[in-house]
Amino acid sequence: MSQNKAKSKIGQLDGLELAPLLKLSGITKSFPGILANDTIDLTVKQGEIHALLGENGAGKSTLVKIIYGLLTPDAGTFEWEESVTSLSNPAQARALGIGMVFQHFSLFEALTVCENIAIADDQKLNLKTVALRIKEVSNRYGLPIDPDRYVHSLSVGEKQRIEILRCLLQRPKLLILDEPTSVLTPQEASNLFVTLENLASSGCAILYISHKLEEVRSLCGTATILRNGAVVATCNPKLETAKTMAELMIGVKLHNIKRSEKLENHDNRLQINKLNLKSNDPFGMDLKNISFDIQEGEVLGIAGVAGNGQTELMAALSGEIVQNDSHDNITFDHVCVSGMGVAARRAMGASFVPEERYGHAAIKEMSLKDNALLTTSQKINLVKKGFLQSNEICDLTQKIISDFDVRTTGLEMETANLSGGNLQKFILGREILQNPRILIVSQPTWGVDAGAAVFLRKSLLDLAARGCAILIISQDLDEIFEICDRIAVLYQGTLSPSITRESASVHQIGLLMGGKTGE
Amino acid sequence: MDLLPVALTIITASTPLLLAATGELVTEKAGVLNLGVEGMMLVGAIAAFAAAVSTGSGLIAILVGAFSGVAVAAIFAVLTLTCLANQVATGLALTIFGVGLSALVGSNFVGISLEPLPQLNIGVLSTIPILGDLLFGHDVLVYLSFIMILLVGYFLSKTRSGLILRAVGESHDSAHALGYSVLTVRYLAVLFGGFMSGLAGSYLSLVYTPLWAENMTAGRGWIALALVVFGTWRAGRIAFGAYLFGAITILQLHVQGWGINIASQFMTMLPYLATVVVLVFISSDKMKIRINAPQSIGKVFYPPR
Repeated sequence: MSQNKAKSKIGQLDGLELAPLLKLSGITKSFPGILANDTIDLTVKQGEIHALLGENGAGKSTLVKIIYGLLTPDAGTFEWEESVTSLSNPAQARALGIGMVFQHFSLFEALTVCENIAIADDQKLNLKTVALRIKEVSNRYGLPIDPDRYVHSLSVGEKQRIEILRCLLQRPKLLILDEPTSVLTPQEASNLFVTLENLASSGCAILYISHKLEEVRSLCGTATILRNGAVVATCNPKLETAKTMAELMIGVKLHNIKRSEKLENHDNRLQINKLNLKSNDPFGMDLKNISFDIQEGEVLGIAGVAGNGQTELMAALSGEIVQNDSHDNITFDHVCVSGMGVAARRAMGASFVPEERYGHAAIKEMSLKDNALLTTSQKINLVKKGFLQSNEICDLTQKIISDFDVRTTGLEMETANLSGGNLQKFILGREILQNPRILIVSQPTWGVDAGAAVFLRKSLLDLAARGCAILIISQDLDEIFEICDRIAVLYQGTLSPSITRESASVHQIGLLMGGKTGE
Repeated sequence: MDLLPVALTIITASTPLLLAATGELVTEKAGVLNLGVEGMMLVGAIAAFAAAVSTGSGLIAILVGAFSGVAVAAIFAVLTLTCLANQVATGLALTIFGVGLSALVGSNFVGISLEPLPQLNIGVLSTIPILGDLLFGHDVLVYLSFIMILLVGYFLSKTRSGLILRAVGESHDSAHALGYSVLTVRYLAVLFGGFMSGLAGSYLSLVYTPLWAENMTAGRGWIALALVVFGTWRAGRIAFGAYLFGAITILQLHVQGWGINIASQFMTMLPYLATVVVLVFISSDKMKIRINAPQSIGKVFYPPR
């Protein structure tokens, strides 16, 4: 009934100034050591697509968690449909008509699509009714999905579809999307935009969190920009350029990276020949017949949506998975390393930066100093006759911290206390300072703010200029186009032939990421 | 060779396993690993026995046994869910605590014997030859064990509350994000586990051997724990497993009587051996484990905010 009322209201007010649906004033939230939200004001009106822009750590996620009732603000007022309320849990937010699609999905992998949706449904319907409604709503919004499938068997795009459907079944008045396109191919993303525009025209307000500026410009009517927890601007993104908004987000002027001339040398540093690998993980992806090579001083980018075999490829290349039974699949500097473990491969001058920072690249509970030692002990003389050389280790750690601008409280700081971006700078710094002959990096700038990302990409290019062969496995197409010489796409465990950057287009790579070859 | 008495003793040996495993299934499906089943059973056993001796009422004895299991489970719940203690360590401590407490309270009850619980005869059905004895001539707890595993199986797979419980066990963070109270669900699940363990203990001291002996559960709590894994967290398979293990315990007594020469120690270890074999077998199929095993089992839930 309330929905009918909302619809008729829109009919009357079309084109006029709409009453605010959500009005936040002076929202403040602090965590130990950080002020995440600093007196934030935000107004969202019915039927508008409102962007919330900002760097990682700008306070976007904290703010939407407050709106969705997952966090309670320290101060400030929350007005919903012109009456002041306070939320203490998400169920209350959903009862008001607020739905949220999380950046990291909140799905239950061992349950079916239908069960996943039923459990988030406050109307307590039985499973059969839910299945019928899923079909009805998914047809209406063009989000096809089979209610009886288990979630773990779905692609990332399909999983996101469930999250969205789950919200739509609640008939929300405000839908919050937290970086929804970060896991989608460009084509999947544009399908999502059509759905969102349909929704907005039916009166649902959308709060759209992103740091992809072109996306925001094409989709959103209003943008609120956050920096360091405070609102720095509210603007109409259609009237701004991506560059002006980026500068508002970061607060400094951005410089473009200049690519140095490629070395004229054709020494194959890394060669992969018909690599097949059966995944250890029941929900993993098997690698099929993967071949590529990287020359001295060259940067190869492997694009692809997460879950298409990136984890397995990284494990096979780094030696976390050793293949004793295969012959000459992987060669570093013309030496077969297929049967070697991680340490042996590192001893040959290779360095690895796995996607999972904790547990693969660094140990959370140990200090920065100890983590610096982890991969460097063989190459630099940090261990003598089995004893650790404390001073040298401190010097090295200090050098990583200062060269790569890692914000820390000291060498003894527990690594878990570093923010994601700082940890990534630390890990990349540790590997780059070893001057590797081969560097294999997964998601080099994931979770790193734009300023630091520019710096890290530049460091990678400098390393390539010194002759290192670099492989970058990334989901970020902008990044791949910015720094790679050649680009290949990993889809369903198979690798496309590589294309030089000059001849590749985003459209073409996007199609390959969605499994379509050619036009 | 008369098989009917053998079949009847198999039922009595299997019932406590089935009762305790039913409770642990619910606890584990909610994502909590309570290794204190043995301790909860012992406390349930002595409490039920003491109540039966002092009141003479079977019903009161059963209720006292079950709710003392709940009381011990409540200690575990407070420690692991509210105080965020490690579940494995706390569960082990709970078992040791249960052994000690039951021995302390039970010192006054050693040597007293009881009338076992009466059979519940179900009208004419109980008079059917053989089948009547086999199926319809048992005490209330045997029937209850069947009713409970059926109810729990239905609850977990078909009801909304069961879905919420599974979701909490699958990913407590996601369940929390959806607005479900992880702690409430887990408290209820742990207390239910205590209730069923208490019942299982009561069965031992009221029916199986109607007297009190120190440490009389003799490892049945551990078998019940193994059963849940053996049954890959599925109610039907757990019921099957309970009867299989029950049969093995009984057969070890009878094979000697039948003159088959197998070391009794070998037979005693069979249930555990079977569990190890099953563990290896099901672990080879990761998909099976992934679908049925609760993913956040044993993990401490730190409520955000």
